[in-house]
Amino acid sequence: MIKFFLMVNKQGQTRLSKYYEHVDVNKRTLLETEVIKSCLSRSNEQCSFIEFKDFKLIYRQYAALFIVVGVNDTENEMAIYEFIHNFVEVLDEYFSRVVSLIIMFNLDKVHIILDEMVLNGCIVETNRARILAPLLILDKVSES
Amino acid sequence: MSDIVEKTLTALPGLFLQNQPGGGPSAAKASFSSRLGSLVRGITALTSKHEEEKLIQQELSSLKATVSAPTTTLKMMKECMVRLIYCEMLGYDASFGYIHAIKLAQQGSLLEKRVGYLAVSLFLHESHELLLLLVNTVVKDLQSTNLVEVCMALTVVSQIFPREMIPAVLPLIEDKLQHSKEIIRRKAVLALYKFHLIAPNQVQHIHIKFRKALCDRDVGVMAASLHIYLRMIKENSSGYKDLTGSFVTILKQVVGGKLPVDFNYHSVPAPWLQIQLLRILGLLGKDDQRTSELMYDVLDESLRRAELNHNVTYTLELLYRITNAQNVTVIVQKMLEYLHQSKEEYVIVNLVGKIAELAEKYAPDNAWFIQTMNAVFSVGGDVMHPDIPNNFLRLLAEGFDDETEDQQLRLYAVQSYLTLLDVENVFYPQRFLQVMSWVLGEYSYLLDKETPEEVIAKLYKLLINDSVSSETKAWLIAAVTKLTPQAHSSNTIDRLIQEFTISLDTCVRQHAFELKHLHENVELMRSLLPVDRSCEDLVVDASLSFLDGFVAEGLSQGAAPYKPHHQRQEENLSQEKVLNFEPYGLSFSSSGFTGRQSPAGISLGSDVSGNSAETGLKETNGLKLEGIKKLWGREGYLPKKESKTGDESGAPPIPQESIMENVDQAITKKDQSQALTQSKEEKEKQLLASSLFVGLGSESTVNLLGKADTVSHKFRRKSKVKDTKSGETTTTHNMTCSSFGSLSNAAYEDNYYLNTLHDRGDKELKKFSLNSELLDSESLTELPLVEKFSHCSLSTPSLFADNNMEIFHPPQSSTASVANESSLASSFLEETTEYIHSDVMKVCNNETISVSSNKVWKDDCLLMVWSVTNKSGLELKNANLEIFPAENFKVTEQPGCCVPVMEAESTKSFQFSVQIEKPFTKGNLSGFISYHVMDTHSAQLEFSVDLSLLDFIRPLKISSEDFGKLWLSFANDVKQNVKMSESQAALPSVLKTLQQKLRLHIVDIIGNEGLLACQLLPSIPCLLHCRIHADVLALWFRSSCSTLPDYLLYQCQKVMEGS
Repeated sequence: MIKFFLMVNKQGQTRLSKYYEHVDVNKRTLLETEVIKSCLSRSNEQCSFIEFKDFKLIYRQYAALFIVVGVNDTENEMAIYEFIHNFVEVLDEYFSRVVSLIIMFNLDKVHIILDEMVLNGCIVETNRARILAPLLILDKVSES
Repeated sequence: MSDIVEKTLTALPGLFLQNQPGGGPSAAKASFSSRLGSLVRGITALTSKHEEEKLIQQELSSLKATVSAPTTTLKMMKECMVRLIYCEMLGYDASFGYIHAIKLAQQGSLLEKRVGYLAVSLFLHESHELLLLLVNTVVKDLQSTNLVEVCMALTVVSQIFPREMIPAVLPLIEDKLQHSKEIIRRKAVLALYKFHLIAPNQVQHIHIKFRKALCDRDVGVMAASLHIYLRMIKENSSGYKDLTGSFVTILKQVVGGKLPVDFNYHSVPAPWLQIQLLRILGLLGKDDQRTSELMYDVLDESLRRAELNHNVTYTLELLYRITNAQNVTVIVQKMLEYLHQSKEEYVIVNLVGKIAELAEKYAPDNAWFIQTMNAVFSVGGDVMHPDIPNNFLRLLAEGFDDETEDQQLRLYAVQSYLTLLDVENVFYPQRFLQVMSWVLGEYSYLLDKETPEEVIAKLYKLLINDSVSSETKAWLIAAVTKLTPQAHSSNTIDRLIQEFTISLDTCVRQHAFELKHLHENVELMRSLLPVDRSCEDLVVDASLSFLDGFVAEGLSQGAAPYKPHHQRQEENLSQEKVLNFEPYGLSFSSSGFTGRQSPAGISLGSDVSGNSAETGLKETNGLKLEGIKKLWGREGYLPKKESKTGDESGAPPIPQESIMENVDQAITKKDQSQALTQSKEEKEKQLLASSLFVGLGSESTVNLLGKADTVSHKFRRKSKVKDTKSGETTTTHNMTCSSFGSLSNAAYEDNYYLNTLHDRGDKELKKFSLNSELLDSESLTELPLVEKFSHCSLSTPSLFADNNMEIFHPPQSSTASVANESSLASSFLEETTEYIHSDVMKVCNNETISVSSNKVWKDDCLLMVWSVTNKSGLELKNANLEIFPAENFKVTEQPGCCVPVMEAESTKSFQFSVQIEKPFTKGNLSGFISYHVMDTHSAQLEFSVDLSLLDFIRPLKISSEDFGKLWLSFANDVKQNVKMSESQAALPSVLKTLQQKLRLHIVDIIGNEGLLACQLLPSIPCLLHCRIHADVLALWFRSSCSTLPDYLLYQCQKVMEGS
């Protein structure tokens, strides 16, 4: 099960956070700081999976942005690792070409996309077209 | 490349506009909607926690006023929600806005409603009291005729819903299971999954509907139902065995590529769905032979379709788990087939471990077991975990309940090995040979056809084989020794003793002497090496009390008392502290400077240490030669009496104790040096191991019988043999590498970090460090991409013909997927693999054209690329870009710079190579672009670009030795201490900064000192020695150019301040 999904830049600033199990707001920042620290301390050659407290972190770096997913031990690391990339591909398709500023300006949309893909810590949709369909309708309706 | 970045840059203004409310925004609204924009900009510009707090508190108070103001429209409220989400995301309480999120979900239309729901799902938790207020909205939306609203409601229900209110929505959601739209059905199933999570009893009555969902004609609905099934099966697998067939069929269809193509991910059919199905099958088949049998075909199929290399861990794990006594032969056969094709060490290590375990557990008969283990040892050989041969031998030795059965197994093993050894020109891994030696030594007596002499002859043949390692030779001699009492003729044995007692290998020689002495006393030999007693317990006098008399005698003659190992080590460390400050002598000692200490060694050393390095080296040499020679005579380790009487080397007798002392010291020293030399190799291994998650120890120990303490008592005798041996080999090994000198463990760790840093330094540089100014606007291309491609190209060919299931690893070895990924990675990355370059900067523009520039830091020059984009719909003629001559710069135009015609909306680039004449701090290049529009009026646009000295600095890749030579040859030097904050003052991070920001090459790292080198184009070298002491960074530049060190120092200080 996925515990949380984070996008954090290299300076350690959170750009998106989504928790699938309740964590107090004030504890989140602490956790995020530790998480990004452990990701930053690793080299490119090192494994993208980290044992972290009682769960595992799986991360990928895109330019200056880290996407870090915390999972419990029932989850398959490789599945999550590819899932992250799938997520980025979806963003890339939706935003034509995604950069971190776009994510910041469209935080709501990014969350909506993520909600289509993960629910209750489970990967529920990975088909790009299907993920984007509801959002594209929303966009269309609000345009007209 | 410029394309992409430019696209990004030009997209930015659009982004800001996007946040303008559509449809003739009033001035007030416009200024309001840019609040989100300014918040985002504010957040990106943050430099400290303090600033953040200020910004967010301001934001929160402004939000507090806005959300409760009656004039706030829903549209504005939507923006407010996003801003509130930001504030909470950064850790600030925004609870005053929660109720407004619920209101927005209630009142807003579509996108606003969606954002309202989103904010609710982010802000509230399951048991939050406000959540009850949402129920009515959800009920209303579930009944809406607008499908988008129904979707939203279903989504939020699946995310967060009060348990006690489930009955209010359950019938509505059940209805949706029959909806005509797949997305509604799918989301309804997911909502039911949520209910199943929080209140399983409430959905018990609809289990039949889950089955319908499982058989839904739409893949998405079916896939959604699997979440429920996985959960239910986990709780009670026996209740769902009847569904095995359905899951198998589904998996068969998925694997067979029957799904719509948009479910493929990088040409793998629905990998996550496959995983989910495999998980379910794993649960259903666990401990259930009959159910498992239903799956074999599809698992087999999945395997065949899979690029096993990539999902081997998962699939094999599954196979491994469903293995039992019946299917073991098939599964192990499959595993072995794959094993024979694998070249990747991790796969081999992992697989041989699994095979060995399965074989041990489920072996149907002796022959199969021994043959399987033969395969394991032949392939796994020297990479497998030492536990495998250990366990195997223990199993042979300890046996099972049935003694006859045990003997048969042993006999079969012996026969099998003899057959293997008969095959000409086959090389077996050393550890396999060691296993054979042990087994042959112990159990050859079971043979009735072959005589011990014949076995000895075979072992002897191996002994004289050059490809056999000396460690294995020791095993072989041990085996011969064990067989000797049983042999009637001793021809081969005599020959062996003759040849190996003069062996140059001390370890082998030692064993040969043991054999020689024992051979002279056959009675002793029989009692020492009884037949088939390897499992008997031995009583070991660990305190060596039988030597007490000897020790007392030694002490009474004035020998120094024995010091425990750790004490000696401490003493040695404290002695060697001085050495750690010696920066270069050590790295030279491996080169041509050995023997006489080089003048370089001294003059290079920082003030304290020149001499100590010299003495340090000398000391090591001295110890190595003298100490060892006297202890290791021609006959191996000299026993006590022989050192008094029969020392053939003629050296004067030396009191035993002092020799011991010497050797102890030597060994301690060498232990450390060994740690150093092994460090690189070991760390590579560790790195590999950690990146491949080898749970097993990555230790490369080749000793068959492992650590004495982990081996059961019954193996004590064996492990003792091994201990002596490994002790010896270590020592000999140490002697060869002691010239590397000694370093503290701290240095060792630094090295570790920096080796990795060093290795990937260049790649890393190319990829991102230079883009740091524009970090936040970078395209989200993935950094390690290029590297992964290269890894992939090395990947093992698959055992199976089809590779439809390349599940877990999209960057495949195929070029197709390279192309695939590069849609993301873009040409930007491709070019960067060639040269490093800056981001594109817009330098000037007007209504017709825009000019942007970027710098390409080529190896031999700076290449300036100006891209001119014709934004107009008109054709431009005679477009020409010229650079004004500038002092100190030599600018050369690359061919093709004048473009006769520039089509509408096209981009042309102009390239100039730039060289400099002398170092400078800041420079500037300016030029203009001129063009004609429609043959009529001509226009001209000027621009300029700043250049920094760093644009002309390139890493200078030299070895430590060359560094040393150059260092001495340079006369111009500049020293400066830079004070740093404590957090910065770590050598790795400093070196990393220097490497990335200044493009210095890290030549070497010695303890807390680093050597770096660079060159100013075209070819002025500059060297930097830096050292961290407390919070002071001491920089020391040397160069052949008199001004360059100063300029570099300036840049260096700048980046240090900036970092």
